[in-house]
Amino acid sequence: MNLAIKDIRHNLGRFIFTSIGIGMLLMIVMGMGGIYRGIIEDATLLIDDIGADIWIVQNDTRGPFAELSRIPRNISFRAQTIPGVATARTFVQHTIQRQYKEKQLRMSVVGLDWPIDKGQWVPLISGRILNQNHYEMIADQLLGLELGEKIKLGKNNYTVVGITANMISSGGDGIAFFTIQDALDIQFNQSGETTRLERNSRGVRMSKSDLGLKQPGLIEFAQQSSSKLPGLSDTQVSAVILKLSPGADLRKVMNIIKGWEDVSAYTSEGERQLLLTGSVEKVKKQIGLFSILLTIISAIIMALILYTLTLDKIHSIALLKLIGASNWVILKLILQQAFILGLSGYVIAYLLGQKIFPNFPRRVILTDGDLIQLGIIVLIISVVSSLLGIIKALKVKPNEALN
Amino acid sequence: MKNKLAIQVEGLKKVYGSGNTEVIAMRNASMHISYGEIVALLGPSGSGKSTFLTAVGLINPPTSGQITISDQLVLNGPEAVVNLKNFRKKHIGFVFQKSNLIPFLTARENVQIALEINNHSKKYSRNRAMELLSELGLADRADNFPPMLSGGQQQRVAICRALANKPAVILADEPTAALDSHLGEKVMELFRDVAHKYGTAVIVVTHDHRALGVFDTIYEMEDGIIKKGEGHV
Repeated sequence: MNLAIKDIRHNLGRFIFTSIGIGMLLMIVMGMGGIYRGIIEDATLLIDDIGADIWIVQNDTRGPFAELSRIPRNISFRAQTIPGVATARTFVQHTIQRQYKEKQLRMSVVGLDWPIDKGQWVPLISGRILNQNHYEMIADQLLGLELGEKIKLGKNNYTVVGITANMISSGGDGIAFFTIQDALDIQFNQSGETTRLERNSRGVRMSKSDLGLKQPGLIEFAQQSSSKLPGLSDTQVSAVILKLSPGADLRKVMNIIKGWEDVSAYTSEGERQLLLTGSVEKVKKQIGLFSILLTIISAIIMALILYTLTLDKIHSIALLKLIGASNWVILKLILQQAFILGLSGYVIAYLLGQKIFPNFPRRVILTDGDLIQLGIIVLIISVVSSLLGIIKALKVKPNEALN
Repeated sequence: MKNKLAIQVEGLKKVYGSGNTEVIAMRNASMHISYGEIVALLGPSGSGKSTFLTAVGLINPPTSGQITISDQLVLNGPEAVVNLKNFRKKHIGFVFQKSNLIPFLTARENVQIALEINNHSKKYSRNRAMELLSELGLADRADNFPPMLSGGQQQRVAICRALANKPAVILADEPTAALDSHLGEKVMELFRDVAHKYGTAVIVVTHDHRALGVFDTIYEMEDGIIKKGEGHV
């Protein structure tokens, strides 16, 4: 006869409510682990999916994700000449926050080097990749934009041609993919007045310089569009990403780029580590510590519940001992209840989590490994937390049944 | 069978505390009970009845004296000659003041558990429990939990449990205290029937003088000393 099951059957309502309580507590522990995993996954998703072997960024920076990086676009042409490099693409990423449909729309803008990169690697759940160099975008579903929807950013309207899922920046914002040109337009959008003032200012500076005084024609020249002025640098991008040819030696290519004094280079793994040991590190630690605290609290609460359940049965335990039950029978009763409580709490936590976690603003990722690990922790908690009750039960004397 | 001794208690003494706080709860208590005999142990509160009962029940060993059950010396003073827990579950049944049933088990399961603890198979235990409940008129209550049973029915279940392992001795501590006089009388008669039918020695500690007619022998206890009572039948 399984006494644990019999006791649960008799106090089913209390057991269900207790299990739900423990389940909700475990759900939070599970959720914290999932958030922890989600932050790491989100932070490194772009690096993993974009298919780059090497990232070239601004000299002495840890860009483009851990810190700001600005390099000239033409670095990509230089990189393309290195033996073993299959493709060199420019990459832009920045975050914007705009008012859209009476709400604050925050998105991470990523520029793709169209036409080499049309977003073929972006996992689409509907729509298509970018087919033209301007005015199209692929949006993560977190942004709440719909296929075919047009959104004005800067001076231009962009049409959502593709919807992707789980493309989140390390800051937790949904990513929107544009062509490099559009991404830069969005980043450096200036009003007409700003442009006019800038051109006028250039004209004034030129008119006061020796060159302007000797050649007045240059004053008008200086007031042209900046793209027509050879003296001004080309537009800058966040990084240049390289894909190596099959069989190419990564170390050799890296050594060549390290010889360039105007940029720094990292492998994809290097970029991952920069993120994980940089911007994500503190959040990771905080959530990790919070998860540990929650686990300890769960163990204490479970111990108190099991102890109370044992106290409720003290008279029955004394009676069982009086009619000859061994300590093992009593031990089994308490341990089995602890396991059943832990198991049902765990199942409830998982089922509730499946319903609730998708509504969280950030991804909560429950990996098989993490679930198994939590399962083992719950198992250990069940044993440890039942110790108080077991100690109490083993101390009960048979003659207490006579009282 | 009735004249063969089921239990022999010789010169039991129980001392609690020591020095200035020493209390002698029982002194030179002896009792011989045959199989099938039912005896009453009367006495006021604090007279040592419970001490005697717990000593004979192998729960609270005496300071000195001997207890022999079914021709087996069990306790020689405080020293256990056998494994007390194992011996107790095979040879002694208990019935208490309150029914003392396990609240989360049905009537049948309350009897069945005593058998399963004694390593009987589930099937045998179930059948034996049903057989006992039927004999004591509780077959239709087998699946009821204790709170759904009357006081008398609960005591009958407790008696079934005490009888389950065919013990040599049943020890009953104030089994009618929580029952009205009519039910109390019925329960006492049941003890007599059980003793006579199953050949079990039954010791009933009681205050209830109304049902003394059912007992084969009456003992009285006062200040830790046992003597045969005047009501000896």
